[in-house]
Amino acid sequence: MNPPIIFALSILFLPLVSFIFQIFIGWRIGRSAHWVSLICLGGVLALSLSFFANAFLIEGYPILEESVTWFSTGEFTIAMGFNIDRVAAIMLVVVSLISFLVHVYSTEYLKGDPRYNRYFGYLGLFTFSMNGIVLADNLVMMYVFWELVGLSSYLLIGFWFEKPSAADAGKKAFLTNRVGDIGMFIGIMILFFLFGTVNIEDIAYEVSLGMADGYMSLLTAAGILVFMGAVGKSAQFPLHIWLPDAMEGPTPVSALIHAATMVAAGVYMVVRIFAFLTPTALQFIAVVGAVTALMAAIIAITQNDIKRVLAYSTVSQLGYMIMALGVGAYQAGFFHLTTHAMFKACLFLASGSVIHAMHHALHHKGDHDTDPQDMRNMGGLKSKLPVTYWTMLIATLALSGVPLFSGFLSKDAILAGTLAYYHAHHGWTIFLPIAGFGAAVITAFYMFRLIFMTFHGEPAKPDVHAHVHENPLPMTAPLVVLAFLSIAIVFTLPGLNPIVNHGWFTHLVTTGENYAGLVMEETVEGIHHAHNAAMTISLIVATLGILFATFVYYLKKVDAGKLAKMMNRVGLYNLSFNKFYIDEIYEAVLYKPFFWWCNVFSKIDWDYYDQKFIDGWGWVTMKISEASGYSDYNWLDQKVVDGFGKLTQYFSKELKQTQSGVIQNYVMGGVFGLLIILIIFQSI
Amino acid sequence: MSSHILSWLVFIPIIGALVSIVYQQAAKVKGLDAEVVAGTHKWIAAVATGIQLLFAVWLYTMYDPAGGIQFQEKFSWIPQFNIDYFLGADGLSMPMILLTALLSFIGVVSSWKIKKSPFGYFAMFLLLDTGMMGVFVSLDFFLFYIFWEVMLLPMYFLIGIWGGPQRQYAAIKFFLYTLFGSVFMLLAMLGLYFYADPHTFNLIALIQSASSIDATIWGINVQVLIWVALFIGFAIKVPIVPFHTWLPLAHVEAPTAISVILAGVLLKMGTYGLLRINYPLFPELVYWFATFLAVLGVINIIWGALNAIAQVDLKKMVAYSSVSHMGYVLLGMAALISESPAGAQAGINGALMQMFNHGTITAMLFLLVGVLYDQAHHRYIFYPKDYHDPKLAGQPGFGGLGAKLPIYSAFVAFAFFAGLGLPALSGFISEVMCFIGGFSVFRTLTIIGTLGILLNAIYFLRAYRYVFMGPLNEKYAGLKDMTGREMFTLIPLGILVLLFGVYPAPLLDMIAPTMNALVDLIHSAGSIMGIQ
Repeated sequence: MNPPIIFALSILFLPLVSFIFQIFIGWRIGRSAHWVSLICLGGVLALSLSFFANAFLIEGYPILEESVTWFSTGEFTIAMGFNIDRVAAIMLVVVSLISFLVHVYSTEYLKGDPRYNRYFGYLGLFTFSMNGIVLADNLVMMYVFWELVGLSSYLLIGFWFEKPSAADAGKKAFLTNRVGDIGMFIGIMILFFLFGTVNIEDIAYEVSLGMADGYMSLLTAAGILVFMGAVGKSAQFPLHIWLPDAMEGPTPVSALIHAATMVAAGVYMVVRIFAFLTPTALQFIAVVGAVTALMAAIIAITQNDIKRVLAYSTVSQLGYMIMALGVGAYQAGFFHLTTHAMFKACLFLASGSVIHAMHHALHHKGDHDTDPQDMRNMGGLKSKLPVTYWTMLIATLALSGVPLFSGFLSKDAILAGTLAYYHAHHGWTIFLPIAGFGAAVITAFYMFRLIFMTFHGEPAKPDVHAHVHENPLPMTAPLVVLAFLSIAIVFTLPGLNPIVNHGWFTHLVTTGENYAGLVMEETVEGIHHAHNAAMTISLIVATLGILFATFVYYLKKVDAGKLAKMMNRVGLYNLSFNKFYIDEIYEAVLYKPFFWWCNVFSKIDWDYYDQKFIDGWGWVTMKISEASGYSDYNWLDQKVVDGFGKLTQYFSKELKQTQSGVIQNYVMGGVFGLLIILIIFQSI
Repeated sequence: MSSHILSWLVFIPIIGALVSIVYQQAAKVKGLDAEVVAGTHKWIAAVATGIQLLFAVWLYTMYDPAGGIQFQEKFSWIPQFNIDYFLGADGLSMPMILLTALLSFIGVVSSWKIKKSPFGYFAMFLLLDTGMMGVFVSLDFFLFYIFWEVMLLPMYFLIGIWGGPQRQYAAIKFFLYTLFGSVFMLLAMLGLYFYADPHTFNLIALIQSASSIDATIWGINVQVLIWVALFIGFAIKVPIVPFHTWLPLAHVEAPTAISVILAGVLLKMGTYGLLRINYPLFPELVYWFATFLAVLGVINIIWGALNAIAQVDLKKMVAYSSVSHMGYVLLGMAALISESPAGAQAGINGALMQMFNHGTITAMLFLLVGVLYDQAHHRYIFYPKDYHDPKLAGQPGFGGLGAKLPIYSAFVAFAFFAGLGLPALSGFISEVMCFIGGFSVFRTLTIIGTLGILLNAIYFLRAYRYVFMGPLNEKYAGLKDMTGREMFTLIPLGILVLLFGVYPAPLLDMIAPTMNALVDLIHSAGSIMGIQ
């Protein structure tokens, strides 16, 4: 085995070592066992960086491509393999960097938790599974790790499983994801029988050779079905419902899994299979992304739980990425994944820092009723949590698409993509840029609402506020690192112009290739033309959003309550606050009828089919045998058989009379008898 | 010894039972202490099944996957009717032999605390073991039938005497259901014997002659009649919906070890019988029957899962999960007619793997339910709505056990996730293979079947949620975590589930040559018919 394979295997398995260690040994050692996890993850980060460095050195070819048979029946073979291209190399760094930082952060955040070691074990299991998705060269292997990240997500959401809400959220996450996974699985089966392989590159190659010509509608179906997996994992409408609930997990988990990496797996998967998605499938993907981006942004406006705002923001941003890929802005979609991972992880960890500080302050006061996550209980925390404030502000600027910060570059590219798409297709596709820009203005608004409500103004609870303290270094250091990585220059190097995205990233990640009918040259050309318009509009909308938030929540020129009431005249506020009632609709339309029917089926199966029909046969048999038993005894035995006996008895009783004991009678009988015999013989 | 290894495998348990009987008589004469006697019976059973397991492992090391039917033993038994004592093992029977030996041993260990008449219990158990093993190694139909029936009687008593509150009803139901099937099987066997030329019960010889039977009864092809009669017999064992209602009751009422055997081994006899007898004997009819089988398979998957979702009793839920999981086997088996060689092989190999994997997974599930029941004396996820105590009716039966019983909850989580087909655990691979196979022939049906991926997750996660998560139910704060003996029964199964989930090659390589040969046999019949 050459070093790259050993490196790749180590990237995959070191986190698993951490998992096994913490589960079987770590808990005996206690808190200090987290060093093992930290060293494992540090190793993974270093090795990922080595692949990343290699991406600059090797032109054109995958850095590592290696595949072995996993199992085979002869004709039917499933392989397992690695395919590290430049996209995968970047993704590896994203995953391992954030995972490492979250490990560091968690040593403080989870301090004192009775299941401390188990937590680090689960984080290891997650990183293992996530890296498996990144490294996978075929769809079955991706599906395998896809489900395993589902498992680790389930375990981590439900980490504090004593809380009923956390226990429910884990279950909901797993099951909702499985809905998407069914589609993904069917899609994989279609691709397997269409091309005889599940290897992603091989499928793309076959499509490029025209092997799918004549099966385009099937390829479209397969693409949309595989994308279903991403709808689940990346929390796209209509399967987005699990992600906000997933915030029941520890906040570092939300940062790692439910903001930066796992939920981006769906986007990553679409990036991997982009080459063989047909234009129809891509259009479907774009619409799903646009609906998600806009809808989730609207919901985020009215949420008061700091993590929920961020959760809906994540859903919305994932919608952006998906929409980008759908409109053919391949590079922009993956770019946004990368930048978003940094600033959203930063935002979540910062919110965790706020919650942690609030929690300690409340704990200090002995207050167990106040919700430490509710922004209405915060305010004025800027002076108390300076590091948290400044890092969170940087990340917010990045998310809002303010120039000089990374989000500006990536969001801008996506919006250019939607504009270009509209230029090419016209008609209803104007919905895509509207959704994009609409979500952008809303994003800027709700993020600054969050900043102002949390950090500015008067403290809502001055007594709590007094006890809030900035968190120690293990928690603030990751924030600083991630805030730094939210600055535009980081991604434009060696270019130093922070508003022009020409740097190492665009050098590494191409504009993408598509063999299924999308003409990439035209798409790229269109995006290029739309660039300036997109930048101008996005600057305007970001400014508008921020200004409006400043008016309402900082300067308080407009009363937020009145505004809400005004919006509610047409039900808008309640619609947003209640998340478009989607959970309620599912409850009424899907869950309740489903369980009701299950109970009906069970009744049919047991109470009717078995107890009545099957046991009915027993009853019939019993009745028949009773009847036959009755007739056997009462008729055949009692009447017929015993009848003979009775007859005999009767005659013997009658004939007994003849036994008189008088000799003359006997002699007379004998004579008579003799006479009769003689007569009979005579007549013969 | 190795030339009669299959006979040893079959009769070691019987030898154990005989030793038990002799010992029991001796103990009576000597008036030994009842505790001591009970202990000795346990050990006799453990040693017998232990030796059987060692023999099975030895068999595995000697087995050559490419070698066709091996370890054959054949001598004339009732020459007047051409009945042979004919044993052999191939890739179809090997996993079943290993599974039977393993689960029998584990069953004995998990029965360690049996209080009621251990002598009778273990003697019956050993007799059952012989019957099961015999079914899987017989290559003579008559012998097969004898073992099939031998197995029935001890099972009747094991459920009827050592079972739960409704044990007698459950036992008679199980017995009558199976006997009903046996009648058809007997008819089919006699039909085969008399119509085949030459008259024989030899299943290998019948491969040559059965498919050339050309006769009708009441205008119906005899081959079809035999196939259907056999199918009814086997369908009851699987159980295929609508012949399944003996299963939830029998599983729930049977003691833990017997549920393990029932679900782990007995259910497989149905699909094993189809693959051993129906498929090779009447390859043309496979084409005729496959669609129907696939429909039944998908019905099993969906109906079993929907019913499992509605259950409030943990054991009943697991029982219905078996109905669902056996549906995958049927779908995979039906896929054998696929025109795509990859699809046909995936389906049939997946079906057999699923038989093995379901055996290990469901055994874990039943053992784990038993662990909880032994301590808590109930196993309600939710108390039923009509529970006699109105305060408890509809309430969760447990709650929050995860904090109290970390090891137990970890084992349950492992088994549940294996049950819902999590990748890296064995059920996933076989389910995927069954689906891929099925998809190559029955597109729509298989797509409906994939709903099972979701449905199976619903009931397992729901059960886990309400038993192990949430605030601790203080009533059960005193429960103790698993004992060493309980872990001893579960760890080997867990290792197999994990091993064959990560690296299925040892299992797959063992079965694939035989199953692929079956594919070839049936496809060549199909090509003669002009289908293939």
